[in-house]
Amino acid sequence: MSSVAATDSQAGRARAELIQPAWVRAMHWINAVAMILMIMSGWQIYNASPLFDFHFDRSITLGGWLGGALLWHFAAMWLLMINGFAYLAVGLATGRFRSKLLPITLSGVICDIKAALTFTLSHDDPTKYNYVQKLLYAGIITVGVVIVLSGLSIWKPVQLYYLVMLFGDYPTARYVHFICMALICLFLIVHVALALLVPKSLRAMLIGR
Amino acid sequence: MAKRSFLIPGVDNRLLIRDAIKVMPDLTRRRFISGGASLGALTLLTGCDVLDGNSAEEVLKKVSKFNDAVQAWIFNPNALAPTFPDSAITKPFPFNAYYDLDDAPEIDANSWKLEVRGLVDNKKSWTLEQLYALPQVKQVTRHICVEGWSAIGSWSGTPLRDFLKLIGADTTAKYVWFQCADKEGYNSPLDMPTALHPQTQMTFKFADEILPRAYGYPMKIRVPTKLGFKNPKYVISMEVTNDYKGGYWEDQGYNSFSGN
Repeated sequence: MSSVAATDSQAGRARAELIQPAWVRAMHWINAVAMILMIMSGWQIYNASPLFDFHFDRSITLGGWLGGALLWHFAAMWLLMINGFAYLAVGLATGRFRSKLLPITLSGVICDIKAALTFTLSHDDPTKYNYVQKLLYAGIITVGVVIVLSGLSIWKPVQLYYLVMLFGDYPTARYVHFICMALICLFLIVHVALALLVPKSLRAMLIGR
Repeated sequence: MAKRSFLIPGVDNRLLIRDAIKVMPDLTRRRFISGGASLGALTLLTGCDVLDGNSAEEVLKKVSKFNDAVQAWIFNPNALAPTFPDSAITKPFPFNAYYDLDDAPEIDANSWKLEVRGLVDNKKSWTLEQLYALPQVKQVTRHICVEGWSAIGSWSGTPLRDFLKLIGADTTAKYVWFQCADKEGYNSPLDMPTALHPQTQMTFKFADEILPRAYGYPMKIRVPTKLGFKNPKYVISMEVTNDYKGGYWEDQGYNSFSGN
């Protein structure tokens, strides 16, 4: 019996060393591609009728004009939605979200934000997220859900009328969609900067360990 | 630019100027379909062709066709577009087209006739007077432009499905195809389930007044379950058909179903 227990714990250690399982890595990078396509084509669509007093430079948009951008946006949406839905389903079903992202406590977040701002936040154990990471990852998943729901509202405001009602009305859903994009861009800046600062986190997302 | 008389009642100057500016990079629009510039910024950023431009475009067109089918499947013929009180009407309601208001068709009511063609029992043309005699209903609904902006308007006219019944149209046909008097000849196909939707309307009035030139005099097709470009103005003919005859914007790459 003891040998069996030892094998179990060895297997457990082996498993523990695998920081990002293959499905997380695959879905992460599919999502990265889909998000970039959605954001760049979304900027071109935004330019057709800007909500604010600025537009996105054509050199950073995708599609060339409104019609081309819409084709990209409504093609990449399938990639984003199917991949995102699968990610949520597997993340919930395997308990990964629960074990990795919960609990998020206010005191933990405050403590880790202080540590992060003084550059004393530890990344020694890459299998465990600190509270700043937990908050950001849980937050960006939520933003991802909201951007898809607001996007569906803008796409199908009559057929999905009740979804529109969730945001108030059609023009509000557009603002929500834009704000979610802005939040994702902010997240991306921080996320990429930190991944480069802590290369082993990037390595884990590439090869798993 | 010389000062021109853009002002007409009910048209927002700011929107008008914005639309005029938008017309300027027109060449780039056409280039998308012809020149395969669809990868645009992506290839510019990477400095190489990640995908052959034309093959990417072919894939995107196929996905758009797939999206037509998905939308036709999602479309609920009984789902009504939300209606609003008169107080919610956007004032002034924007004029929007691929040309200046000065270039909008000026139609002489006396010589105008609505031509009816295709799979219908009665192909006689209709004068405006005859059309005005048909029962009308009013709707206050949100017009949503493919560009993203929206505006609430008040439209009165005859439900298209009543008119189709009146002329003995084959409502098992796939499309009602509209041709218009706009310069360059605007046209647009409307799928039959949408044509038969209770809120799809042959519109003769805006805000209880005879439809002004800016909004499509003498007749527009108001389709609150479609994006604005699928709401043709200055209509001169309708054809009930099983053939997909394309459309002004549809041919340039806008999704053909474009349902709300």
